[in-house]
Amino acid sequence: MKGRGLGRQGVPAAGSSGRFDPRVRQMMLSKGLKRKREEEEEEKESLAVDAWWLDPGHPAVAQAPPAVASSSLFDLSVLKLHHSLRQSEPDLRHLVLVVNTLRRIQASMAPTAALPPVPSPPAAPGVADNLLASSDAALSASMASLLEDLSHIEGLSQAPQPLADEGPPGRPTGGASPGLGALDLLGPATGCLLDDGFEGLFEDIDTSMYDSELWAPASEGLKPGPEDGPGKEEAPELDEAELDYLMDVLVGTQALERPPGPGR
Amino acid sequence: MPSHRMPSEADIISTVEFNHTGELLATGDKGGRVVIFQREPESKNAPHSQGEYDVYSTFQSHEPEFDYLKSLEIEEKINKIKWLPQQNAAHSLLSTNDKTIKLWKITERDKRPEGYNLKDEEGKLKDLSTVTSLQVPVLKPMDLMVEVSPRRVFANGHTYHINSISVNSDCETYMSADDLRINLWHLAITDRSFNIVDIKPANMEDLTEVITASEFHPHHCNLFVYSSSKGSLRLCDMRAAALCDKHSKLFEEPEDPSNRSFFSEIISSVSDVKFSHSGRYMLTRDYLTVKVWDLNMEARPIETYQVHDYLRSKLCSLYENDCIFDKFECAWNGSDSVIMTGAYNNFFRMFDRNTKRDVTLEASRESSKPRAVLKPRRVCVGGKRRRDDISVDSLDFTKKILHTAWHPAENIIAIAATNNLYIFQDKVNSEMH
Repeated sequence: MKGRGLGRQGVPAAGSSGRFDPRVRQMMLSKGLKRKREEEEEEKESLAVDAWWLDPGHPAVAQAPPAVASSSLFDLSVLKLHHSLRQSEPDLRHLVLVVNTLRRIQASMAPTAALPPVPSPPAAPGVADNLLASSDAALSASMASLLEDLSHIEGLSQAPQPLADEGPPGRPTGGASPGLGALDLLGPATGCLLDDGFEGLFEDIDTSMYDSELWAPASEGLKPGPEDGPGKEEAPELDEAELDYLMDVLVGTQALERPPGPGR
Repeated sequence: MPSHRMPSEADIISTVEFNHTGELLATGDKGGRVVIFQREPESKNAPHSQGEYDVYSTFQSHEPEFDYLKSLEIEEKINKIKWLPQQNAAHSLLSTNDKTIKLWKITERDKRPEGYNLKDEEGKLKDLSTVTSLQVPVLKPMDLMVEVSPRRVFANGHTYHINSISVNSDCETYMSADDLRINLWHLAITDRSFNIVDIKPANMEDLTEVITASEFHPHHCNLFVYSSSKGSLRLCDMRAAALCDKHSKLFEEPEDPSNRSFFSEIISSVSDVKFSHSGRYMLTRDYLTVKVWDLNMEARPIETYQVHDYLRSKLCSLYENDCIFDKFECAWNGSDSVIMTGAYNNFFRMFDRNTKRDVTLEASRESSKPRAVLKPRRVCVGGKRRRDDISVDSLDFTKKILHTAWHPAENIIAIAATNNLYIFQDKVNSEMH
């Protein structure tokens, strides 16, 4: 084959060497929350994942069993989901694929057998679980609300089109496939992060964010606590301003607008 | 709106498409521009120009828009261009960004009238007292001028981002697909469209799958296919129902249990689907493979070709840097015997369906001097490494060949490498065999 290049600008696109930025990876791992319970499940089979963490040169590797790497993968996916939601107009395909992947990871982390009830769990993992759970729930709630808002806004902006045969508005989706809102990160029905024996862990968490109709399935596992727990103040992924904003969107006092942030 | 982009980013090519004769090649870029190249006729007078492509016309198709209701900026990036079959002296094409499709008419003017009675050569009105006789203006040749004008604007048809457009073989209608819906338009009617596919769930929280690409059958004007983020293809018949939610055929390959991973769904997401010229087959591209499907067999593809299987062990890293979400296109050659698709490091791959041979080539300035012969490349995965091999770890993942096109009849291919366009011609076998 003979070639003739037709340069348009003559400036090649700036490219990296192709190596993945190690700073990103280290940041992921250092921000990851330790989940001591996972380390006890070494005998549990996990889905085959690629083994980049087994690179002996990698500082965080050590003798990490796949279960711990799944935790990093989970954190990475949650971060991706959060980043995707932050976009002014989320890429729907990217969002759906990340959510579905997150669900797979979450399902693989679910205990296959009921864990022995721990009457008084140590404080550190309890707090860590609270933080992770509250941030995940907030993310899921914000994602569900964002997508709902997308569909409401669509009704306003779409030009009226006379369609010969439009499906009825309440057309059943068919099947009971679990959806985005049913990530159920806290739901005891899927037994993901919780077991009945751990309900007590969340008694003191502030669940006012979860007590909306969008979050009906999960709220059965949570009880509004008598006092605010540490989960409210220390959510690592969302700060208070963002939580307030999301709350306002949920209760409809504020129309969805471009979230603050640099760039588009 | 201030642009946060570097100057060269607007030149990133986002789509490439030959017209039905291959005489014209259109490219769209991130800045909303369309550049059309025309093939010079081979002539004895200029033997060195040998049917090469030169710029024919450049125009601004889409501008950035601001949706005030949603407080969102609509990108001017051209997602797809599709040519209409030529019906008269003019050429027409459809170009689309995320939200709006436009029909452009391209005409040539190579003559102009001279000898007006009332105007002089510059167009100024003449002093009537100087006009003593009447003359008939004559057409005189002039330098070729290519004029492009927007004839239709198809707006407000899509809430989500348009990923595909496809002209029907009836030459009267076309379809446009976004993440959740597919609309049918009449080329002459802009104020309404007909929704033919809607996969939006009643409750958006139940959303698990989106439409990724769609295309009309090349011969049967009632048939079209659309692909999904879960790796399935749905062939729909517009005669069966007005709303084609029920597919006529569902093409899906069962997941390979030995290759299962957390990323199985992402890598199975179909990024492009193309009917063969014969209309008997479909070609799909997912992250690691291209697959040929027989329209008569829904259970599995009849052929699967590995594009870059060495990436299978790197999926986690590719997920981390979002490369796993890259959408590569695929193409058939004119006789449906060879298929082509892009990869990373400015590599692109071709697979000969008959001989089962494949080749990896590179689109880069260094390896493509004019009239140079392309050298096959090889990616080594460890073990023995030959002199010119590239190791997997030194692949440049920012250099992706997402958009490729094949001339409808000849062995001429167009490769978009970021903001450069490469056109390769096979001089030895310039006719299909």
